[in-house]
Amino acid sequence: MNGLRLYGRYVSVSWRSQMQYPASFIATSIGAFATTITDFIAIWALFARFRQIEGWRFDEVALLYGVISVSFALADGLTRGFDVFGERFVKTGDFDRLLVRPRSTALQLLGYEFRATRIGRLAQGMLAWGVGVHLSSVDWTWTAWGTLLFAVLGGVALFSGILVLQATLAFWTVESLEIANTLTYGGVEAGQYPLDIYARWFRNFLTFVVPLACISYFPAASVLGRVERTGVTGWLLPITPAFGFVFLGVALWVWGFGVRRYTSTGS
Amino acid sequence: MSAIVATLRPYQAVFKARFTLLLQYRAAAFAGFVTQCWWGGIKLMVLAAFFRSVRTTPMTFQQAVDYVWLGQAFLTLLPWSVDPEIARMVRSGDVAYERLRPLDAHAFWYARAIARRTATPLLRAIPMVLTAGLLFHVFGMSEWALSPPAGVQAAALFFLSMVLVILLSSAIATLMDIATVAALSERGVNALVGPLVIVFSGSLVPLPLFPDWLQPALRLQPLAGLLDTPFRIYGGHFAGLDALAALGRQAMWTIVLVLLGRLFMRRVMARLQAQGG
Repeated sequence: MNGLRLYGRYVSVSWRSQMQYPASFIATSIGAFATTITDFIAIWALFARFRQIEGWRFDEVALLYGVISVSFALADGLTRGFDVFGERFVKTGDFDRLLVRPRSTALQLLGYEFRATRIGRLAQGMLAWGVGVHLSSVDWTWTAWGTLLFAVLGGVALFSGILVLQATLAFWTVESLEIANTLTYGGVEAGQYPLDIYARWFRNFLTFVVPLACISYFPAASVLGRVERTGVTGWLLPITPAFGFVFLGVALWVWGFGVRRYTSTGS
Repeated sequence: MSAIVATLRPYQAVFKARFTLLLQYRAAAFAGFVTQCWWGGIKLMVLAAFFRSVRTTPMTFQQAVDYVWLGQAFLTLLPWSVDPEIARMVRSGDVAYERLRPLDAHAFWYARAIARRTATPLLRAIPMVLTAGLLFHVFGMSEWALSPPAGVQAAALFFLSMVLVILLSSAIATLMDIATVAALSERGVNALVGPLVIVFSGSLVPLPLFPDWLQPALRLQPLAGLLDTPFRIYGGHFAGLDALAALGRQAMWTIVLVLLGRLFMRRVMARLQAQGG
């Protein structure tokens, strides 16, 4: 069985097991929707009061928020194994079992659990995205949609990369450190607004260290016709999400280094 | 007098036990502190951009800065979630033991809730206030720093209001605990109450910044007493009679919700069905 089919099998098993408790699935998903929609309520409330943020309108920020929310919801649903890696695999010594199987550790951890309830976060992201599209005056061409879908893919790669790095850290710290939350949840928080409203050091951090700018702000600015706000050459903007994949690649390389350094906690 | 002391002793004991237990989690508190600073920073940078975009605002930027830092400092005071131990008791059926205690069940849970809202929040609030209030000045970030209260009177009323916050928040948390007993699971309760608390306490966006047509309703609802009331008093947004009226609303909601909790507790405990075996 090749890797992709095996992964498909993992997902289907995980999905079926979660569907054994349909009421719990629905309740948790609705809860996730209610919790995450508060961020969008904040955006709405602030725009109802201030009308604009340094020239950016509500529909534009709604679109930015939608794109980054959808990316994070997908990544969060797919990478549960990396998220709980410290507690679930290093502390217990269960990682040894993954190492003796003839498959890559990354694939096995990806297949650990597919979190269906993240559909709640996904739904509110798509809702915000829809509101943004509905209110905007942009010409929604295939290129525009393609740019944003590529941005989502890059975003999934970037957020997954952050979670892989968080898991790698657990090789040394044993416990999962929630410090990565400042980049994942915090990234969604910061990236839902156009990054040119921030101070230069913060914008540089979100561009060159953790390339969040590349997976929402740059591509969205290109679609929205706001190229001049970014200070980047126009044709570059739609392809910047590729840096999300670069980030994931680096993260997986560091992960491999961590795996080689791994010593079991024993049983 | 000694009779009163004797009656209060068990509640005092449970409070003390919880308080010392919660003080153990120092590393978690430190990680939480770093996260709170980061979060507060992002929030303020966004608000600063909004404030730069218009001329007239319902509160000054400094008041918003104070509001956000105090919000980060006292975040754990909010009735976020059902007491995990009570949730476990409900699942295992141990909650039936609560009926056997020769104590008032509501007062017992209320004391637990108050303890949960004094130990951890103190640990978190002190470093946050010191960092935002002093260190920021040292590092030349005075425009982002927490300023002192608007005056001696504001400081005194703020303190009084914070005491009421603890009592109100604990009353709501106890209601959530009771709802968990009725629903047999804490999940639904947490999912429902959490978002409401975030939005209507002012933790998400300072309540004065919501649209004007919403202001009268926002002022009267009980969750404003969780953060918004003391923070407005602190910054001088509520002063004199306004401040006293706000304190009155806080006290009134606390009494109403405690009484409601006692009523529900009696009902739920009378119909209690223990799970598990």
